[in-house]
Amino acid sequence: METTDTPPPPAPDAVPRHGVPEEPPVRKTGPGGRRRPRRSGEGRTLNAFSHGMLVLWAFMVVMPLLWAVMTSFKTDREIFTAPWSLPASPQFENWARAWGQAHMSDYFLNTVLVVGGSLTGTMLLGSMAAYVLARFEFPGNRFLYFLFIGGMSFPVILALVPLFYVLNNLALLNTLHGLILTYIAYSLPFTVFFLTAFFRTLPTTVAEAALIDGASHARTFFQVMLPMARPGLISVGIFNFLGQWNQYMLPTVLNTDPERKVLSQGLVQLAVSQGYKGDWSGLFAGLVMAMLPVLAAYIVFQRQVVAGLTAGALK
Amino acid sequence: MHHGKYRFIAGFLAGPLALYTVFVIWPFLQAVYYSFTDWTGLSPDFAFTGLRNYERLLDDEVFWKSFQHSVLLVVLVPLVTIALALFFAFMLNVGGRRRRGAAVTGVRGSAFYKIVYFFPQVLSIAIVALLFQFAYNPGNGAINAGLRAVGLDSVQPDWLGDPDYALWSVMAVLVWCTVGFFVVLFSAGMSSIPLDFYEAALLDGASRVTTFFRITLPLLWDTVQSGWIYMGILALGAEAFAVVQIMTVGANGGGPDYSTTVLPLYVYVKAFRDGQAAYATTIGVALLVVTLAFAAVVMRLGRRERLEY
Repeated sequence: METTDTPPPPAPDAVPRHGVPEEPPVRKTGPGGRRRPRRSGEGRTLNAFSHGMLVLWAFMVVMPLLWAVMTSFKTDREIFTAPWSLPASPQFENWARAWGQAHMSDYFLNTVLVVGGSLTGTMLLGSMAAYVLARFEFPGNRFLYFLFIGGMSFPVILALVPLFYVLNNLALLNTLHGLILTYIAYSLPFTVFFLTAFFRTLPTTVAEAALIDGASHARTFFQVMLPMARPGLISVGIFNFLGQWNQYMLPTVLNTDPERKVLSQGLVQLAVSQGYKGDWSGLFAGLVMAMLPVLAAYIVFQRQVVAGLTAGALK
Repeated sequence: MHHGKYRFIAGFLAGPLALYTVFVIWPFLQAVYYSFTDWTGLSPDFAFTGLRNYERLLDDEVFWKSFQHSVLLVVLVPLVTIALALFFAFMLNVGGRRRRGAAVTGVRGSAFYKIVYFFPQVLSIAIVALLFQFAYNPGNGAINAGLRAVGLDSVQPDWLGDPDYALWSVMAVLVWCTVGFFVVLFSAGMSSIPLDFYEAALLDGASRVTTFFRITLPLLWDTVQSGWIYMGILALGAEAFAVVQIMTVGANGGGPDYSTTVLPLYVYVKAFRDGQAAYATTIGVALLVVTLAFAAVVMRLGRRERLEY
């Protein structure tokens, strides 16, 4: 964690801070020597209350996740008889079973293939369209821009029924490349919206210099503009990665072949069939397996993730 | 030169535009068209039936139930989520006790809270829904076991199986997984508010609550509004679909006695289970109308003079 000024996670028993009169010794008094000018009762009760709420919510967020990890090491019997106790002896074979027999490895591979393909495609096509729309004047520019970003506001489920038949007619139904193309198309609105704004903020002089030096438009784009746009590309790339990795509705409708299921779909499928087979521990192992990579990636890259996910909403 | 420019523009736009048209625009236009036909989706033949699907919609009880649930979702879920997120974000940025001479600071450990709160946001909604489906299990789920552990043996609701609780249980999950995103979003907005505003207000003797309503909220209003619309669209569409479809697997999809069915789920059921593709797109059009109406209402309510700082 590369955060400054982060004390270790507050222990749950630190919740009630009522009686604590002061912050642990103020090491240095501030420049002005001003130590808490107003220390009213309001401030203190508010503090205890707010800390309590903050800790409570952190607890509510972390508990279900820890519970899932714990459960994934239990036997089926333990899951049903003692949902909250620690596993008597950790059952590592749950994980092996989920990975192999329950096809988690296949779902992982499918997801990696689909997201790899669609993320590459989204970034390439999205930045090309955004660059042209941001940097060139031509008839229909505004229209195309609004056509693209209009896609952000309509419910995908409405288009899903005809989309199913479009894919069917193109022989793309239940194929990974069909899913890739669909992901790209549905990621374009936000990508174009975000990158158009980003390309507008880049200085024009560098591109002009490249053009005068005899570079073609395409070459200018790939060798000058794209490298300059890297921060924007990373932000929108993370946004798209999470969205595509976690996609559930599109594959549920467009990809029903059991061989080609992606992670989220595969897990739901497992949960349904597990109801009959009763391998709950294996299912939990699968759930945790799907959870950990994104959580780990988030903790490592949390600054970029947060910047990427919030950049769009904050102008 | 000019020739080259237009060739370049066309070349760069052709790919994205083709993909977008075929997979997004075209199906979307088709959907509206199909809503005026009797297409089943199973055979290529269909006839134009005018407004018949829309008339049928008016008499369809399940549609009205889904409609009510979707409206409830779009009103309550963003309201609760945003209120909680504003409270947490305010505490994390402004709620701390004064130290190091700064007029306002966040509480201790605010960076840690921001990281933790964001966890659910990076998880797939399908995983979240599955997890809570187990937690809600009446007999041996974590929640009821927790209630037993604290001595509440008599309080053992069948969360997802009881029509009175099912929808609320589903909504709680939606709130759970989105609060973190808004905490981080609002925190980013709050940290750009100049500190002198707070200093001045505190010198004048304003309480924290006053500074929140008089300074923070008005200056954050644009972010709150766009966040509200974003959240509403999720609560009407994809997120609600996933949560309801996975968690409440009643015989008809959508919980006991349609108690949790929502518009996107009803579209899905009609199109892919009942073979009524045309009617499904009609419900989809209704969903579009609700979505646009919601966005318009939020924009209208939120119209204020823009504050520059």
